Amino acid sequence: MVDKITVHNLKCWFGKVQSVKNLSLAVKENEILGIIGPSNSGKTTFLRSLNRLNELNPNYRQQGEILIDGKNIAHGNPEMLRKRMGMVFALPLSLPMTVLENVIYGPKRHGIKSKKELEELAERCLRAASLWDEVKDRLKESALKLSGGQQQRLCLARTLAVEPDIILFDEPCSGLDPISTAKVEETMIELKKKYTLVLVTNNVKQASRVSDRTAFFLMGELIEVAITEKLFLSPEDKRTEAYITGRFG
Amino acid sequence: MNAKKSQKIAFAVLLATTLVVVLPVLIIIIVIIKEGIPAINWQFLTTMPSNGMRSGGIFPAILGTIYLVLLSVIIALPVGVMAAIYLNEYAQDNLLTRIIKLSIVNLAGVPSVVYGLFGLGLFVIFLKFGVCLLSGALTLAIMELPVIITTSKEALSSVPLSFREVSLSLGVSKWQTIRYVVLPHALPGIMTGTILSIARIAGETAPILFTAAAFYIPRLPGSLLDQIMVLPYHLFIISTQIPNMPSKLTYGTALVLLMLVLTMNLTAIVIRTYFRKNKKW
Repeated sequence: MVDKITVHNLKCWFGKVQSVKNLSLAVKENEILGIIGPSNSGKTTFLRSLNRLNELNPNYRQQGEILIDGKNIAHGNPEMLRKRMGMVFALPLSLPMTVLENVIYGPKRHGIKSKKELEELAERCLRAASLWDEVKDRLKESALKLSGGQQQRLCLARTLAVEPDIILFDEPCSGLDPISTAKVEETMIELKKKYTLVLVTNNVKQASRVSDRTAFFLMGELIEVAITEKLFLSPEDKRTEAYITGRFG
Repeated sequence: MNAKKSQKIAFAVLLATTLVVVLPVLIIIIVIIKEGIPAINWQFLTTMPSNGMRSGGIFPAILGTIYLVLLSVIIALPVGVMAAIYLNEYAQDNLLTRIIKLSIVNLAGVPSVVYGLFGLGLFVIFLKFGVCLLSGALTLAIMELPVIITTSKEALSSVPLSFREVSLSLGVSKWQTIRYVVLPHALPGIMTGTILSIARIAGETAPILFTAAAFYIPRLPGSLLDQIMVLPYHLFIISTQIPNMPSKLTYGTALVLLMLVLTMNLTAIVIRTYFRKNKKW
């Protein structure tokens, strides 16, 4: 498989604190790359450097290069980049508007005006996020009335609606119950047929269930990356083994 | 003195000082209502003054105040909100931004008579608008700006960062994010601040003294360049300049002005509570 995202020698600082130290990593097309590691290991910073969301913080500095389909993302404009790289956040962040408005928020801003087109797009994305059957009669209700798990899938549908080819998940199930988590995970596996997924998770088991390859981050460094089964059955680094067996972190 | 006794004394002193704050407000309101209510009737509110202000109504002054306040808000609101958006969303922390913020704080502390003189110098004389509705409204607009900017800025910064991040992560531009996500949620706060700023300036006399107000005008204001009668100045005139003024009418005018300002404050509070209750995040 081709490398979709290539990261060379990435270093990130917030003020004087360096949260990512010289990290190189590639994500292949149509795979789910899981990223595990204790808190403060730079997982989220890494993820947010991919869609340049870190830059919102005025103290943020970065070195190294990030290529997507071989093109350096620093050279394009961040809006175009974020359009093709969706993100699902840790908490289900529905915007305080109706279910339908949430899904079509992005496409509308990007200039799709036809109501029919928007509604069809919304249905397609809600189906892809396995949410359609649960909300098809509630499209005009406030999104905040949905359950946490439903809201998280709504966020996913909203992300899909701008038609990205990469989706970044930042601990998408940290606030969800096991049943909702299972649903989101099923959806992810379904999505990788069409998309490239990067999944940051605090839940080691989730990485083992969902991801094709898994990377282990510690203190801003990449300790090890391998096919998920290999990483879990015979990790090369002792620290990886200690973390996945639950001896620290 | 034992601990129990000193505790009691402290309590009594603290309570007494607190009452000192409440008492004048109560007395003002009670006296004005009691003395002013007999003057209030339909005729008082809707007719022109007559007999050298000693009888008739205060309609032109009420209308003048409403015109003045509305016009000043129409001028100040867009400027204030846009400045707040710039300061909260775009401005970086540098010398220029700090100077702007310092100016806003200082603008709020300038005595109102200085605003009046400034308005006289700039709008009435230099720009040759003359003493008129427009000059007064512009002067008041400058007085409103610091309050509108400060409260709008607070309202904007209380919209969670995560909403902005969601919108930006969808490839939506910064301006669209402000326009479609941040601004709608800051609106109640901006409205509250604006109404409070209006209430603050509606009763001001000094800034309009040299810029807009007339002693007496026999007709209603017809254009932006007309002089106008306004409640606070009218109240000042009838209580100090007119001999044998029936005190009923003075108190009646004071009551109308007080009610106007209190109603605006109340509206602001109602809007704030309504939106706080419906706030969903």
